[in-house]
Amino acid sequence: MSRDTALVSADWAEKNLDAPGVVFVEVDEDTSAYDTGHIAGAIKLDWKTDLQDQVRRDFVNKSQFEALLSERGISNDDTVVLYGGNNNWFAAYAYWYFKLYGHRDVKLLDGGRKKWELDARPLVRDAVTRPATQYVAQEPDTSIRAFRDEVVAAIGTKNLVDVRSPDEFAGRLLAPAHLPQEQAQRAGHIPTAISVPWSKAANEDGTFKSDDELRRIYADAGLDDSRETIAYCRIGERSSHSWFVLQELLGHRNVKNYDGSWTEYGSLVGVPVALGDEPGEA
Amino acid sequence: MTAPTAAGCAAPDQAAPLPASLDLEKETVITGVVRSDAGEAVPGAYVRLLDSTGEFTAEVVTSPAGQFRFFAAPGSWTLRALSRHGNGDTAVTAARGINEVAVTVAS
Repeated sequence: MSRDTALVSADWAEKNLDAPGVVFVEVDEDTSAYDTGHIAGAIKLDWKTDLQDQVRRDFVNKSQFEALLSERGISNDDTVVLYGGNNNWFAAYAYWYFKLYGHRDVKLLDGGRKKWELDARPLVRDAVTRPATQYVAQEPDTSIRAFRDEVVAAIGTKNLVDVRSPDEFAGRLLAPAHLPQEQAQRAGHIPTAISVPWSKAANEDGTFKSDDELRRIYADAGLDDSRETIAYCRIGERSSHSWFVLQELLGHRNVKNYDGSWTEYGSLVGVPVALGDEPGEA
Repeated sequence: MTAPTAAGCAAPDQAAPLPASLDLEKETVITGVVRSDAGEAVPGAYVRLLDSTGEFTAEVVTSPAGQFRFFAAPGSWTLRALSRHGNGDTAVTAARGINEVAVTVAS
């Protein structure tokens, strides 16, 4: 994968709003943003209600994903262009999700909603409906998804990349600072994880930095290219953003997103936790 | 409006009252309004909270009345607002409880 296949610019998007076979999808946790104005023709996916099982803490399964995409009018041959708020966190999560279920052509809109708004590009409130399809998903590709046992086993052996803010990494904050801090889990990070905040990969307007800049950021942080990598954050959406950078833009192999992330790891009984700004010992 | 929960990560409604469960003895709330240099509230501005080293910590979008709110920790922070009307920075030294900060944007 590379920037040319995984990413589209706002200019490209604006020229291809009506292109046949291209479906724009806004992904947010709070879809009120979509309702106040969205890219013309874009449908919405709600990160919480559409992409999460409503009982267990897990993804929607293959048949639920097929039903969702069929109902929203996305077909297997469509080029899906994802964008959203929060610097594309949830759009990147959805991108990873579409890849997990084997969608062939999926792209992220560089800069997402933020750049689009700051550029004063047009947003509309029109209701969008697409004719239903018969979407067929692949079996989940677990080569890009990490589970907890594998994460514990990775301590001191694989690259663990903590993409939360430095204060969350060190244990001084338990959640991103737009949320209240009282949480059930312990503070800190997985021992031996390097701290590479997701935000280092993005410009202020939400677009991704250049490939050269991105390569330098991970090299300076001590990422070992010869090892497998697991990225995590708090609930797996910011780490989808970093997973996208490593695997889809920079073309690394064997990068997994640990969607259980800190809300799972920090609640596990008996696992080691490191505090402070250093990775810590295995 | 529902109170933000551990399950979610999106920026909550910036105009909503603080959740009743919030313990201001423990939380460090940094809140305020983004205004243009003409003094008008700026809705839809992107407000970024940067830590003492300038590293990004969080970002929210201002309410229709230009309001923003962060849950941080005591210490030195910088608020940086981006908007169609221009950008602006304000330094803040926050303590526990509610810290009111004004941010002005100009092109």
